[in-house]
Amino acid sequence: MREMIISELSQALHEIARSFAHFLPRVIVMLILALVGWVFASVVKVVLRSVLRLVKFDKLSENAGASQLLSKAALPSATEMLSRFVFWVAWLGFILLGVSVLGILGLQEQIARFFLFLPRLFVAMLIMFFGLLAASFFSRAALLAAVNANVPSPRVLSLAVRSIIIVFVLSVVFEELGLAEQTMLVAFGIAFGALMLGLAIAFGIGGRDLAQRFLEKRIVREKKQGNEDELSPL
Amino acid sequence: MNVGEVDILVGLPTYNNAITVGSIVHTIQSGILRGFPRERAAIINVDGGSRDGTPELVRGVSIDDVRPASNLYALRTLHSISTKYASSPANGVALRTILAAAELLRAKACVVMSPESANIEADWLSKLLRPIYHDNFDLVTPTYGRHKFEGLLITNLLYPMTRALYGLRIREAYSPEFGFSGLLGTQFLGQNVWNDETGGAGVELRFTLAAIAGRYRICQSFLGEKIHIEQRGADLVPALRQTVGALFSALEPDFPVWSIVAGSEPVPTTGADQEVLLEPLRVNRKRLREMFSTGVAELESVFHSILSPSTLAELQRIARLGEEDFHYPAELWVRTVYEFAASYQKSVISRDHIIQALAPLFRGRAFTFLMENRNASAGDVEKNIEGLCLEFERLKPYLLQLWKSRE
Repeated sequence: MREMIISELSQALHEIARSFAHFLPRVIVMLILALVGWVFASVVKVVLRSVLRLVKFDKLSENAGASQLLSKAALPSATEMLSRFVFWVAWLGFILLGVSVLGILGLQEQIARFFLFLPRLFVAMLIMFFGLLAASFFSRAALLAAVNANVPSPRVLSLAVRSIIIVFVLSVVFEELGLAEQTMLVAFGIAFGALMLGLAIAFGIGGRDLAQRFLEKRIVREKKQGNEDELSPL
Repeated sequence: MNVGEVDILVGLPTYNNAITVGSIVHTIQSGILRGFPRERAAIINVDGGSRDGTPELVRGVSIDDVRPASNLYALRTLHSISTKYASSPANGVALRTILAAAELLRAKACVVMSPESANIEADWLSKLLRPIYHDNFDLVTPTYGRHKFEGLLITNLLYPMTRALYGLRIREAYSPEFGFSGLLGTQFLGQNVWNDETGGAGVELRFTLAAIAGRYRICQSFLGEKIHIEQRGADLVPALRQTVGALFSALEPDFPVWSIVAGSEPVPTTGADQEVLLEPLRVNRKRLREMFSTGVAELESVFHSILSPSTLAELQRIARLGEEDFHYPAELWVRTVYEFAASYQKSVISRDHIIQALAPLFRGRAFTFLMENRNASAGDVEKNIEGLCLEFERLKPYLLQLWKSRE
């Protein structure tokens, strides 16, 4: 009996030692891959940071309004954020590659899904960035046009333009990421529909008298001022 | 129609000008008969897609209608051509068509006339053409008799700034009427200004600046009182695009020219240098100041990108002042304009947005100009404009400094 236990134990220890001996090179490979990945990701980060500084990405980001968002959240500049993001994605990619070498069942499928998700993440980020850029451009255009046309509350108009574009961009981003597509679609439909309905009600019914008074006042005022504010700038 | 070569070409860009175009063509024909009866002349009407029959009216005008009235006879055939260059008006394309026609017809002297001036006289043609045809000038810009409060964008920005930067005292660097030599026209036709971001807006100003930069011979000719057919008081933003936008966009290619200029020189002028009309005019000054104050408050985020913190703070301070105390001093105005010019070059935001953002500030400056010159005589108005010009010249190193900081 005792001999049997010893034999079983030694066999088990032998198995563990053999498994460990079999597994150790894979762990070493994983660590090497992680190290190589870190070096590679660091180089990519440095190069990307230089390129972004060269093309004045921070200025573009400032124009898009992204810099202001980052600054409010006490985050680093857009160039730094993007460089760090790419660094982590690259390094994580290498780490996951290393983990897949370990041959752990189930994990490999998740890793494959992660790699398939990466292009969509990049596209979503691009859409978000250019969406913010468009929102900033069109809201500023609306603000300037409203100020120069002497329209009341120009900032509200500008904010409305920005909000509509950002809501639209967010819905596209979530759709691209495949996150709660149905929910987002319905939520966007409801939000956009509610906004339009609200505007229609506000201007069509609720603000009818106000709009009438405003137009009357404006037309009458313009008629009154017609002969006294017609200086030609040229 | 085979026109062959001509000595004189008159360009008439039009768009829905049926009301005036007939009489303007008569005036042009009369001007040619009086001033240049022996020369080979042609009128080219370039139309931007009028829907009111303007080109048909131009083609229908006969020189026989002019002859009995004026008792004048041309010794050569006076050709009149009408061509449609697009289905919508574009100043750049119109001028380019006229320049191309001038080159094709080997015209010695050309003149562009505006169908929007209500009081064109037959002798305007001679005044714009004679210095080119007889005195070998290359560009003749007009000067006009204006009310002291008309053309405030010219007197408060365009004239002082072009004078300070390019060193020549040209009163109307941007004008729909001007004369030029075939040589200058051909040279400008080959320049790379036709497809830039301004889309041909203010090409007339670019033409004048090109003549200065190319060291062509330039003079001014007094035409008379300027009366617009349509009052364009509300069209400030398009006016800014055509003038300030064109000037700012010329600054980068012309940097080697204007950066070495110091001071300014007068240009030869025939007739009066400038005539200031003083009859009473009701102007809504209150609205100008209100739009300035609203603009400064509402566009703060935009101005943060364009102006220096000190200039913005000063603008915010004066925006809070009441009507009686409000004053937009010349020095602050010049600094504002120069910072806008530098920001335009840096493209800190969309360039068109920079031009639009200048509109409320210009209104503030216009208000101060109106207040300063409320009871001013013609001489006083001229003195004030001269003072502003000198301020632009004095602060030119500030613009150069801003320019260098960009690099």
